[in-house]
Amino acid sequence: MTEYNGEVRKMMIILSKATLENVYAAFVLANGARMEGIEAEVFFTFFGLEAIHKKKLEHLHVATVGNPAMHIPTMLGGLPGMEALATSMMKKEMDKLDMPGVHEFLDILKASGVKMWACKLAMEMFHLKKEDMYEGIGGVITVGEFYKKGAGIGTHMLFI
Amino acid sequence: MEKAINGKTIQVNEEGYLTDFSQWDKNIATEIAKEEGIPELTNEHWSIIDYLQDQYKKEIPLSIRKIGKSGVVDIEKFYALFPQGPLKKATKIAGIPKPASCI
Repeated sequence: MTEYNGEVRKMMIILSKATLENVYAAFVLANGARMEGIEAEVFFTFFGLEAIHKKKLEHLHVATVGNPAMHIPTMLGGLPGMEALATSMMKKEMDKLDMPGVHEFLDILKASGVKMWACKLAMEMFHLKKEDMYEGIGGVITVGEFYKKGAGIGTHMLFI
Repeated sequence: MEKAINGKTIQVNEEGYLTDFSQWDKNIATEIAKEEGIPELTNEHWSIIDYLQDQYKKEIPLSIRKIGKSGVVDIEKFYALFPQGPLKKATKIAGIPKPASCI
């Protein structure tokens, strides 16, 4: 048995939001973990479910309201078309960095061994069925089941 | 720092990556692979190593996404062939620098 010296062995990431910047943060963290040989699982809950909703996942937007780091006055951020504009600008920048689109990123995560789960309660709340979701998810599970999957030394949980 | 492999001395950095690619040869790759927990390099491993070295010589940055699109190997197989951090391990075995990519 090898001695545990505090290294991260598993990342349990909870994604509760569907804005592009949050979805990418979760995906990059999960993918980055696998690249380092760390296990990774993602639990999609509440609005985070949109990131694995087949019809919605390619239409996620950046939030332009209530986000001071966008440097757009809140009043302007709420104007029609602002979210779409900011989103297309961000997508252009991500293309330059060779960042994949949401669906391709999910495929990469799946192929890299990231386990993905949909939250049962949120699925029921939004009247969603497993067939509505990206086919690479492991299943629809409860919070308790997700915690059980995080058992073991060196597991970290992250809420996004 | 210096490292001795099969009677040959090579220059590596603190993480064990070769700092001078001209010192790389297939014996060194095989030995580093063993240290990384890969007992034998198969033809599939070698074709990936060739691809990585080729990209390095062309100064093209490496990422998991590009490996998946390379036509050499798919991502799932890449993880299976080089378990526990495939890009990190494969580049170390290939004698090229560790990629600074997050994707």
